[in-house]
Amino acid sequence: MSWLPTLVKACYFLAALLFILGLKRMSSPRTARGGIVWAGVGMLLAVLATFALPDMQHRGLILAAVLIGVAAAWWSGRRVAMTAMPQMVALYNGMGGGAAAGIGAVELVAHVRHALPGVPDTSPLRPEAWALDVLHQVPAAAPLSAVALGLGVLGALIGAVSFSGSLIAFAKLQGWLDKRFVFPGQRIVNLLVLLLALAFGAMLATGHLTLPAIVAFFVFALLFGLLMTLPIGGADMPVVISLYNAFTGLAVAFEGYVLGNEAMIIAGMVVGAAGTLLTQLMAKAMNRSLGNVLFGSFGAAAGGAAQEISGSQKPIEAADAAVMMAYAERVAIVPGYGMAVAQAQHKVWEFAKLLIERGVKVKFAIHPVAGRMPGHMNVLLAEAGVPYDLIEDMDDINPEFPNTDVVLVIGANDVVNPMAKTDPSSPIYGMPILDVAAAKHVIVVKRGKGTGFAGIENALFYADNTRMLYGDGQAAAGQLVSELKSLDG
Amino acid sequence: MLDGFLALYIFMLAAFTGHEIIARVPVILHTPLMSGSNFVHGIVLVGAMIALGHASTPFETGLGFLAVLMGAGNAAGGYVVTERMLEMFKPSGKPSGDKA
Repeated sequence: MSWLPTLVKACYFLAALLFILGLKRMSSPRTARGGIVWAGVGMLLAVLATFALPDMQHRGLILAAVLIGVAAAWWSGRRVAMTAMPQMVALYNGMGGGAAAGIGAVELVAHVRHALPGVPDTSPLRPEAWALDVLHQVPAAAPLSAVALGLGVLGALIGAVSFSGSLIAFAKLQGWLDKRFVFPGQRIVNLLVLLLALAFGAMLATGHLTLPAIVAFFVFALLFGLLMTLPIGGADMPVVISLYNAFTGLAVAFEGYVLGNEAMIIAGMVVGAAGTLLTQLMAKAMNRSLGNVLFGSFGAAAGGAAQEISGSQKPIEAADAAVMMAYAERVAIVPGYGMAVAQAQHKVWEFAKLLIERGVKVKFAIHPVAGRMPGHMNVLLAEAGVPYDLIEDMDDINPEFPNTDVVLVIGANDVVNPMAKTDPSSPIYGMPILDVAAAKHVIVVKRGKGTGFAGIENALFYADNTRMLYGDGQAAAGQLVSELKSLDG
Repeated sequence: MLDGFLALYIFMLAAFTGHEIIARVPVILHTPLMSGSNFVHGIVLVGAMIALGHASTPFETGLGFLAVLMGAGNAAGGYVVTERMLEMFKPSGKPSGDKA
């Protein structure tokens, strides 16, 4: 059976290769669809190979857990609406972080058992098994080396933070937790919890392993992920999810070292690096540093001397709005998260198609962080069937706004807020925005008069050339479509 | 167990690979790629299986079982979601109603 481990190693190698090639293919629109299949084949290969490992116990349990996990995730992933994708990514990512933390926990507990066999265990968690193990002296795995122990603890810490943090992100995006959770001295408390987690981690990593210390380490690590994510507003969630994605990758890589599994090291590290870069790109698109997103003054500074907004919001009827756009030469549509929530992308595209048939030049303008993930709007518009060439990035479309007759803002708020340019006290000051106020007319589809997700006033809504079309995105787009149709009688 | 420095080389080269893959990606693919990389770290499932396979006390077995459960969720969920997203990026030439 000496060829078996070699075969397994070969499978891991192939899996790592397929992951990298798959990700590479996913980075170009033409080959993207094949990319995930390549990576999927790699995953299947790695999992099957692991089943074939010679010294595995509990094969029945493993199979059961794999089947249950796959079935549940497959079912939920198939069922969920496209608009809920960001939170599903957060959820599955959290599971990965949890799995990495779980591996770390198993390894640490096993290390205690191997490294200190003479110490009687007072924990109620493992009654007879302990004694049995000492009697038989089965060295299932040798005690970990110092480096492996350190990396294992680090991976467990990162994985645990990613786990609890991602679950909070999921709950927030799902709408279960729509309040930002802020209290005085929060940063100090967070720092304290992190320091405690690190202190217990350092204790474990230097070999002072006891079961209570391991439990305390995980409690503080999980608590830190929780506390760190709670105060972050929904508008910042894309960056946070991307960050936790990178975290999980790193945790997987570190635990891969502990287990001596090259496929985990490579896949985890590739994701860790790719995710970190992606996170930075996103933070840059919002003109904020990552530190500012995580521990930032979002909300804290909102109490300062805010710029006074003069004027009032001026409503418009759907019929008038439809006429305005029907006889315009250039129309730009700016979708935001509101469109996603209302599932309005199909209606919006139907409306745009009617305009195009009338000879209006229609463009879709996408802000880099519109929605809850970068490219979220692109995915939704692609789902509705909007061709690529009608979709413009911020840098391309901003110079065109002065020549645009009507901008239809549907469910977007912060990304079109001119106060990001004019009001230094605004929490989003400095963030690049879509310069829609420069257009001749702006129509904003919005559910009500309140502030948006980030809770910031928007001067655009009070501007002289802005009209508000109140209503749910789906309903408003439906009205626009029927009004436009009735124009042709 | 891997030799320390060999592992360090793997860490470094893999990090550069990840960086290179993302560096020139168009914005429209950011979300699918995030989801795709979310799937790729589902390889944690393999580690969880190994951890459970070597567990020898009920406590470790329970932890390992949970880890495999979550790892499987990460891998399967990540695949389905990514596949569904990319499904919509069909090559152009699809029927669309515009005559522009």
